[in-house]
Amino acid sequence: MNPRELVRAQPGPAFTVTLDGREIEALPGQTVAAALWAAGVTSWRTTRDAGRPRGVFCGIGVCFDCLVTVNDRPNQRACLIPVRPGDAIRTQEGTGHHD
Amino acid sequence: MTDRPHLAVIGAGPAGLAASLAAAARGIRVTLIDSAAQAGGQFYRQPASGLGARRPKALHHQWRTWERLRDGLAAADTIHQLTDHHVWCVERRSEGFAVHALLGPEQEKPATVHADAVLLATGGYEKVLPFPGWTLPGVVTAGGAQAMLKGGLVVPGRTAVVAGTGPLLLPVATGLAAAGVEVAALVESADPKAFARKATALAAQPGKVAEGAQYAAQLLRHRIRFIPRHTVVEAHGDARLDAVTVAALDKGGRVRPGTARRIPCDTLAVGHGMLPHTDLAESLGCRIDGLKVYVDDEQRTDVPGVWAAGETTGIGGSALSLAEGHIAGRSIAARLTGTEPDARAWVAVDRSRTRTREFIAALDTVYAPPAHWTDQVTDDTVVCRCEEVTGGEIRAAVAELGAGDVRTVKLLTRAGMGWCQGRMCEPAVAGLTGCEQQAARRLLARPVPLGVLARAGESSPEPSGEPEAD
Repeated sequence: MNPRELVRAQPGPAFTVTLDGREIEALPGQTVAAALWAAGVTSWRTTRDAGRPRGVFCGIGVCFDCLVTVNDRPNQRACLIPVRPGDAIRTQEGTGHHD
Repeated sequence: MTDRPHLAVIGAGPAGLAASLAAAARGIRVTLIDSAAQAGGQFYRQPASGLGARRPKALHHQWRTWERLRDGLAAADTIHQLTDHHVWCVERRSEGFAVHALLGPEQEKPATVHADAVLLATGGYEKVLPFPGWTLPGVVTAGGAQAMLKGGLVVPGRTAVVAGTGPLLLPVATGLAAAGVEVAALVESADPKAFARKATALAAQPGKVAEGAQYAAQLLRHRIRFIPRHTVVEAHGDARLDAVTVAALDKGGRVRPGTARRIPCDTLAVGHGMLPHTDLAESLGCRIDGLKVYVDDEQRTDVPGVWAAGETTGIGGSALSLAEGHIAGRSIAARLTGTEPDARAWVAVDRSRTRTREFIAALDTVYAPPAHWTDQVTDDTVVCRCEEVTGGEIRAAVAELGAGDVRTVKLLTRAGMGWCQGRMCEPAVAGLTGCEQQAARRLLARPVPLGVLARAGESSPEPSGEPEAD
């Protein structure tokens, strides 16, 4: 059993986005964070000071740990922002303003 | 219709929905504003519509109540719903209130709603106390794991430990297990035997006792090991979590030496209770009692025209939120049409509200984080996740620099100065500083582009149910 089987989901057609240039599949309605989790990715930024990996923590937009660069816009909360066909998602390093 | 009094409800969870329906049924025009794409809040969070869930109730609780609320909302033509609106400030003006929001996923476009009265139903968020390794990917809040599961139909890994304290851990552990995650253990720091000493409060809530029994059966069915009176002392891993160490607690809430055991897992869902969102109430000047918004019997704050209901007035769960929202909606309808509300009209709901509050008070004494949780915070443990301030730096600010309150620690160490503005680290910083946590004073409830701020005062004062572009 997986979550989609549990609720008998019939999602709309999957589409492709990229994470650091690598193609991953996403489903309509998912957030960027959900699409990344579904692709087996749990971290997509490194911290400003120690360069440590981070991903989803609170899952509801409060903690800002899941920040990510989407279509060249840094500091987007992956747990809130819907994933859209063709999105270029990039691992965010530090503040996201130095690359 | 536009001559009717206009109420802005902020938050479309149980409290906001109940209040909107109660007020609309009594002749009030309501604008229901929420940041999500669909109504429901965290408790009734729905799978995104694009995912086409045909049996969404498999991941939910109180589904019938949700259907009633959802259908009521759809049928009420005097409720105007604004989804994807992130409210950052509510402004008091001579003629009423201006609710300022940011529209859409990028949260950049401004929108303002003008109303005669405001209901704050802004809910709460999860409290997590730090321990070594809690910043590793794979460590998520219990509620976060649940939100990702309910909304996005995704799970973070294959093997999870659910840990911390509080009633939320039960639906999270059983929900993850139902969705195919192997839940290696449910680690609860409280002692379930303590419930026996709360017999009176429990007896008044037979429904809650039955709910507890259902969870116990589900834990058994999914073969989830329940480990009470234990706490997580460390999360292990390099780039992501690969195990946690848990240890037994003594009666005083200290870790018992020699009891540590390591549990392999790729996910730790952890939580130590909930905190009310009070930012908008703070900025309106509402009285805050400790960490929650003060309300009277009618759910009125001490600011005229501002009501509050649900978790923002104290964490109590969906049943209490529904009761408070209903009473708030009736009170608002009466007050906005110039009549004195008759409390006899909601006497049954009032009784339910009182009983649930008593039950929650009893629950709170059982589900408290271990008394000596700060012992787990090593000097190397990152406490402020945004600014990467460690336990050692906070202790040095207290012991060597004389800081005696959260604000001084913040100024000396930057703990709480980052993106989340202390929402995650505040309970920990207060605990390590040795002071009571107070509701934080934040000027704005969420980040706002400077251009939006600069133009915020220019909007028209005309009352309107439709959001206007500034």
